[in-house]
Amino acid sequence: MPDGFILTFVKAFVLANLVMGVFAFLTWLERRLLGRFQVRLGPNRVGPFGLLQPIADLVKLIRKESILPEGISPVLYIAAPALSLFASLAVFAVIPFGEEATIPGTDWKIFLFISNPSVALLVVFALGSISFYGFLVGGWSSSSKYSLYGSMRAVSQLISYEVSLALAVIGVVMMAQSLSLTGIAEAQDRDGLWYIIPQFLGFVVYVVASTAEVSRIPFDLPEAEGELVAGYHTEYGGMRFAMFQNAEYVALIAFSAVASILFFGGYEGPWLPGPLWMLIKMTFFILIAMWVRATLPRIRYDKLMSIGWKVLLPAATLNLLVTSAIVAWRA
Amino acid sequence: MAVVDSLKGFGVTFRHLFRKPVTQQYPEYKRPVYPRFRGRHRLHRHENGLEKCIGCSLCAAACPADCIRVVADENTDEERYSPGERYARIYEINMSRCIFCGYCELACPFDAITLGHDYELAEMSRDAMVYTKEMLLEPMHPSRTTPVAPADPFDVVEPGQ
Repeated sequence: MPDGFILTFVKAFVLANLVMGVFAFLTWLERRLLGRFQVRLGPNRVGPFGLLQPIADLVKLIRKESILPEGISPVLYIAAPALSLFASLAVFAVIPFGEEATIPGTDWKIFLFISNPSVALLVVFALGSISFYGFLVGGWSSSSKYSLYGSMRAVSQLISYEVSLALAVIGVVMMAQSLSLTGIAEAQDRDGLWYIIPQFLGFVVYVVASTAEVSRIPFDLPEAEGELVAGYHTEYGGMRFAMFQNAEYVALIAFSAVASILFFGGYEGPWLPGPLWMLIKMTFFILIAMWVRATLPRIRYDKLMSIGWKVLLPAATLNLLVTSAIVAWRA
Repeated sequence: MAVVDSLKGFGVTFRHLFRKPVTQQYPEYKRPVYPRFRGRHRLHRHENGLEKCIGCSLCAAACPADCIRVVADENTDEERYSPGERYARIYEINMSRCIFCGYCELACPFDAITLGHDYELAEMSRDAMVYTKEMLLEPMHPSRTTPVAPADPFDVVEPGQ
């Protein structure tokens, strides 16, 4: 906590609420965009351009009856969505939106990150995995076949794709000689090169694997509504269901932030201030994710596994070997 | 190759992003119905204002959903509703049971009942779904009319904005 306890607390409060606000906006944006991709209009009734739709959804979800199905383990059932949401939100504790900055009009200096551990990248992946525990526990405690299948799929998908994800990221770590996210962003500024160029293979593997990690189309098999009703959150309703969805979106935002730091230089950029660069780069990744959702169908489960183990893992390993050889040769 | 084909798909969705949406914004824009569309019933009048219906109940007999109720009464010279001897004192159609088959139309010997073009028949209670003679008889309330497409061509449709 480089800013002291109180200021860090305020920053965390602001950031968490900001992320939630962005999440609400994203649900609207995704529905509007998907609508236009499908030559529809999308929600446009509540407020100008339907912008108040998330609020209408929220009011509807809050007013829903809180149902505890028969045969569940109540504590786990209630804790699961909170666990997922907490883990997804906590990732933002280590994501930097800039270096030290002065608040305009004053001479107050604050850091534009909540904390900056030297192993930030490890924290991100650890929290990403904890988020999947929420899915597992939620599916398991629901006492429903569909939920159980959904959560088992979620876990096996996580295991398959996290390996490639970590391997893809190690290339960047080796080039930057740092596990800290600010360190990686500064290394790209120092080298004068976004790591998407030398690490293009790693970037592709990262994008595919992180899509699987946040279980979005085409890798949304944990909640494949065609075969599993709704997967691990079949038995959930109201705000608990909303928290699962929320966790997924927040994870998408977090992985977009990490991707923009690892491969697009993060907050480093000319002319504009750091947080704005982060925002632009994150928006780019989120729009790509929505475009992917509008384009690709959900893949079959065995194909998901074979892509994970037979394509992504060898590609990530190759990337790792080549990168380590080059880094060793230069050093 | 599978990868190339997938990438082509991205091009297709991207092109669709800039197309005009085909959505028709329903309450503001009502899609014109076909001229022979079978909607809410109408009871017609002669040109002199008398009702065409003579209360013969053939429509009720023809109705497969049994949703028409007719109670006939005698016309008198003081109170004359229809040209003949009898008229329908009560003429009710239960819209929640009607299947809009149009058999009543076919059964009517005087073309007194036809199926109109209105389809906005939602009500808040079942009782309100029973339409009385006053509601069915022409002239209709102007707000209850539905646009009708020209007979030719049938599929001219203006998409919403």
